[in-house]
Amino acid sequence: MAMFIRVDVDAGVVKKTAGLAKKLIEICPVKIFGPGADADSVEVVEDNVDECTLCDLCTKASPDGVKVVKLYEE
Amino acid sequence: MRFYESEAKQLLEKHGIGVPPRVVAKTPSEAEKAASELGGSVVLKAQVLFPGSDKAATTKTADNPAGAKAAAEELLGRKFGGHAARAVLVEKKLASAKVFCVRATYDGIAKKPALIASDLGGTDLDDLADEQPDHVKRRHLSALLPPSTYRSKELAKDLGLTGSALNRMTGVVHRLAGILLDYDLTVVEVNSLAMTEDGKLIALDCHMDMEIEGRARQGKILAELGVDESEARLPREPTEFDLAGAKIDHDDPRGVAGPIVEFGGNIGLVIGAGGGSLTTFDAVKKRGGDPANYAAIGGNPSVKKCQALTKLVLGKEGVEKIAVISNVVSNTRADLLARGVIKGVIELGLEPSEVITIFRAPGAWEADAFKILKKYGVEFCDRSVSISEAAKRAVEKIGR
Amino acid sequence: MSVLVHADFTFIVQGITGREALNFTRECLEYGSKIVGGVTPGKGGRDVYGVPVYDTVREITQSKKVDGSVITVPLAFAPDAAFEAIDAGIKNIVIITEGIPRRDAAQIVEYADLHEVRVIGPNCLGIIVPDVCRFGSLGGPAVDCRKAFKPGCVGVMSRSGGMTTEICNALTASGLGVSTAISVGGDPVIGSTYSDLMPLFEKDEDTKAVVIYSEPGGASEAQLALWAKENNSRLPIVAFVAGRFMDDMPGMSFGHAGTVVERKVDSPADKIKRMRAAGITVAEEIGDIPGLVKERIGA
Ligand code: SF4
Repeated sequence: MAMFIRVDVDAGVVKKTAGLAKKLIEICPVKIFGPGADADSVEVVEDNVDECTLCDLCTKASPDGVKVVKLYEE
Repeated sequence: MRFYESEAKQLLEKHGIGVPPRVVAKTPSEAEKAASELGGSVVLKAQVLFPGSDKAATTKTADNPAGAKAAAEELLGRKFGGHAARAVLVEKKLASAKVFCVRATYDGIAKKPALIASDLGGTDLDDLADEQPDHVKRRHLSALLPPSTYRSKELAKDLGLTGSALNRMTGVVHRLAGILLDYDLTVVEVNSLAMTEDGKLIALDCHMDMEIEGRARQGKILAELGVDESEARLPREPTEFDLAGAKIDHDDPRGVAGPIVEFGGNIGLVIGAGGGSLTTFDAVKKRGGDPANYAAIGGNPSVKKCQALTKLVLGKEGVEKIAVISNVVSNTRADLLARGVIKGVIELGLEPSEVITIFRAPGAWEADAFKILKKYGVEFCDRSVSISEAAKRAVEKIGR
Repeated sequence: MSVLVHADFTFIVQGITGREALNFTRECLEYGSKIVGGVTPGKGGRDVYGVPVYDTVREITQSKKVDGSVITVPLAFAPDAAFEAIDAGIKNIVIITEGIPRRDAAQIVEYADLHEVRVIGPNCLGIIVPDVCRFGSLGGPAVDCRKAFKPGCVGVMSRSGGMTTEICNALTASGLGVSTAISVGGDPVIGSTYSDLMPLFEKDEDTKAVVIYSEPGGASEAQLALWAKENNSRLPIVAFVAGRFMDDMPGMSFGHAGTVVERKVDSPADKIKRMRAAGITVAEEIGDIPGLVKERIGA
């Protein structure tokens, strides 16, 4: 279980935005997004979430679809 | 990576340098048999890579096979610098008229391969250089061009040789230069290069070490000499703890962990790599601390790697607390390190605020690291606290 | 003034698309360095944070002034990358790559010498002149880098990249600051040793003292001691020697490839003795360094 980071994905936004799922999977340097049930969805790879480097590449790719939460700031 | 003398001589022989007739004996009776085959007096040498201060005791002579058996029994029955001999090298004892010393190595000041020789063989070349510098001669080689024979010739001339002795010495020195370069050695030295009555040059001993960085491309010769890939050939064979550390490093290529070496103390150390680890280790010892290990991390390791390493260090018998100390970090991220260390502690069912005595890794992403550490109640400090002050606090908490 | 680099210093990055190269390229740009190109074979035509990527070094040197190159390619390609930079006419090379066998390092340095090219490293992080130019990966992200390195009067040379930052941080905190800091590299054969670089600090008006960080292994401290004795330098030198515990562990290597005690001259005790005899002040703690420098320069 991730202890430091939570990554929230809005599945609806990802589905609606063409190519976003593929982009997220490609862009994350620590493989936090894995392929989902179909081509328009992603699954968060729980085991990798604490590796998040806070590089913002995912949130820049989709400000509405992805949120990266620092659990240690709550 | 050190070679046994028996292997080193095999390599010299392969390249046409004279070595005494010899046999590698694994048991006293093999040594007895070897002595009778070789005939006359023999020299017996315990094959130990790092005898330390017991070096002188590794060699014995015997005048007959029974004496050889007894000597081998002794050499195989004891330890040298903590290591048992893996075999005994039995050599025919040769009479020599004169003994030289030749070393081929790298000179970090000239940044070139270097040949160093003396006409006073059989003594420590570095001591000679300090005490009788006139008897130590040097030549540098090009690293780009194939070694020039003339440099070996000039060195032979400097040793006072002429005639066929000069030519023979030139040949030996030139071959040693080639061996150094071709096999990625850090050093090859024949400390006692004997000139026999009939003018032949024979290497009575040989010290040879291969650079770890070059080992990967020397597979062919290592196989020929029978050196197994798993043999570290270091002063101290790796313990299970060391090997577990190496495995963690190998399994996750992000960042480096290493070296990871086990010691006998009670303070677990997770310390910044390179010079930071040396400085921290010194600081802990200076404050009276007794480190349980040396675990250097750097190059921005992943959270998982820091986590695994923390578990290894803290999981060791007798280690109750750890200190996380690094120089000011540049590319290693303090926040990722904090995440990994805390995860490792919690996975062991321990309380980060209790077992992490101090966290001192200021620098890249420190603001996030501080938030994490604060949340888990871990004592941390910023760059205004020096490495030695951090070490002092850790030692005080753990007790000496 | 400064040593080796200056405000208009331009350089390229060989191996620019690698993981760590991407990082420090961005950091250098943020710091204000002038990176005029990058090279990764097969990736020509791309760009990295606005820096154009080429397949060969010559494509860049043909059209631009290039003062230096930072090499951070995988170790099997490092000698070739250095030869390429030298043949393209680049005069200052920083080699970050770690693990290069000494024979290869000696070849690079010899070829560089033949062409009057300065090599820093291998296994180093490069050079920084605070607030003026950063040539390599010293100091990390620009914000952190500015915290640790402020302009001042002390020249720094270190066999450890990380400890370069640690020492400069201490000098900065003390108010002395740093004139030029050079991470010289942790390998047994490096392009520039302390004594090779001392004359450059000697000529630099901004430098009033030099601090060195050293480790077990090699003769470069003995050589520096000899240099200090023979040159009657205007610069006081303060040295810190790490790894003193290694005197009890002959043959073992810790920290860097060049860090091993095999012979007398390798040992911290011998280094300290020689340096002290040459008038070099040896600090017991990193934290003592600024005070000792102040004493020596009468500040
Ligand atoms: S911030 Fe970066 S590392 Fe974190 S999930 Fe997004 S892309 Fe991955």
